[in-house]
Amino acid sequence: MNPWVFVGLFFLVGLIIPLGAIGVAWILGPKKPNPIKQTTYECGIETVGDSWVQFKAQYYIFALVFLIFDVETVFLFPWAVKLGALGLFAVIEGIIFILILVAGLVYTWRKGMLEWA
Amino acid sequence: MSFWNDPLKVAADWLLGIFTGWGMPVPAANILIGFLGVLILISILMVLDIGLVWVERKVVARFQDRIGPNRLGPFGLIQPFADIIKLMIKEDTTPGGADKVVYNIAPMLSMMSVLILWAVVPLAPTILGVDLNIGVLYIIAAGAIGTLSIIMGGWSSNNKYALIGAFRQVAVMISFEIPMLATLLIPTILAGSMGTAAIIERQDVWYVLLSPLGALIFLVAAIAELGRAPFDLAEGESELVSGYNIEYSGMKFGMFYAGELLHAFTFGGFWAILFFGGYRFLGLEQVSPFLAIAVILFKAFIGYWLIMWVRYTLLRIRIDHMLAFNWKFLTPLAFTLIIVTALMHALLSGTPAWLYLAGMFLSNILVAWSALEIARSYSRREREKVDGKKAVEVGH
Repeated sequence: MNPWVFVGLFFLVGLIIPLGAIGVAWILGPKKPNPIKQTTYECGIETVGDSWVQFKAQYYIFALVFLIFDVETVFLFPWAVKLGALGLFAVIEGIIFILILVAGLVYTWRKGMLEWA
Repeated sequence: MSFWNDPLKVAADWLLGIFTGWGMPVPAANILIGFLGVLILISILMVLDIGLVWVERKVVARFQDRIGPNRLGPFGLIQPFADIIKLMIKEDTTPGGADKVVYNIAPMLSMMSVLILWAVVPLAPTILGVDLNIGVLYIIAAGAIGTLSIIMGGWSSNNKYALIGAFRQVAVMISFEIPMLATLLIPTILAGSMGTAAIIERQDVWYVLLSPLGALIFLVAAIAELGRAPFDLAEGESELVSGYNIEYSGMKFGMFYAGELLHAFTFGGFWAILFFGGYRFLGLEQVSPFLAIAVILFKAFIGYWLIMWVRYTLLRIRIDHMLAFNWKFLTPLAFTLIIVTALMHALLSGTPAWLYLAGMFLSNILVAWSALEIARSYSRREREKVDGKKAVEVGH
């Protein structure tokens, strides 16, 4: 049988069990909503404005660097699996590949982009 | 072959006989057997999870010089069941203005992301959910769903604390996934396979001896991915009250809580699988699969205990320090380690085992030592810049 069928079964059961627990709690628990209870919690102070506002993500540059490194590491996995069979030449190739991306990290660092601003 | 040697196959064959006897086609019967197996495994995990609530509370109490739960049953063992009954009969409130669909899916995803990880956990040589040939990547992919659930819960609650918690979780995720992926490359290089079962089978020497630094970086990155102290910025109870799960109540909160505990235990298990030989211990796994399960659970508990130890000992670090620690120290260190490991592996692969082991171990120690020296000299220069040359000299 295809192994991904099993993974699908794990997804299915993994959703059913929490759904069941929450469902049982929904049946057993009291349901007495009122406007005061449903207000947004903010330590007793009334909320000002919406929460879904524009938000300054200070780690925006970090996120861009992350994206590059994430993709890079996925490329490295096939190289790592076949490292034993490929020999020293492939190792040096892989190292050059890593060094190019580390150079990118060093450039970002020297530009002062890896600071919380 | 008997039940005691290969329980999974015997049980599956027996069930297949019954189901086909009822006139069920073989593929359908196989899927039904798979479904039952997954259901049993996940039910056992949920019971284990309830036990973990007790373990966690007892251990944190001891770390803080308290006794912990001790009223219900012997050593307070019934306490987590009382907790669950309380969570069950709580009212399930939804804040006004929340995005209801996303808000309700998030706690389920939180639990699911942990449970699906167990698909690739080899419990014994013959007991393994799925032998995926990309098992290591699957760990990362499934872990990312857990982060996604935190982001969904934080965003959909329509609460500013929850939103800030979710934002911080993104910061943690974009940082520590890189060192984690990088250290996952090391067992992959050493074993020549991405499958968790193959990694255990080829671990004649524990990989922690071949790559102690890799094991350490993996543990740090795992703690950060779990969002546990000192990286619990998404919760930060002294700043954000409870962070991303602030608006959740009843069983939905329980799902986040139980998911977090099981996640920590699971990563203790992955630490054991990748660096401590998984179910292998002095040939015990050959005796009986049940002994192998006991061995891997024991190792996972040691890893879990270490994660708890770190959590209850260290203070929360500031978010900019966390990002700087990752991007300026851990990521360069992890990539240096990959380069060194790959080079040593290629150079020493034909040599005797003791030379390979010694070369790997010493190169790791050398990388760790030089990284610490560089960090030390850098911080000395920074101190001199701030305090002036004289103050530092007087201080020493």
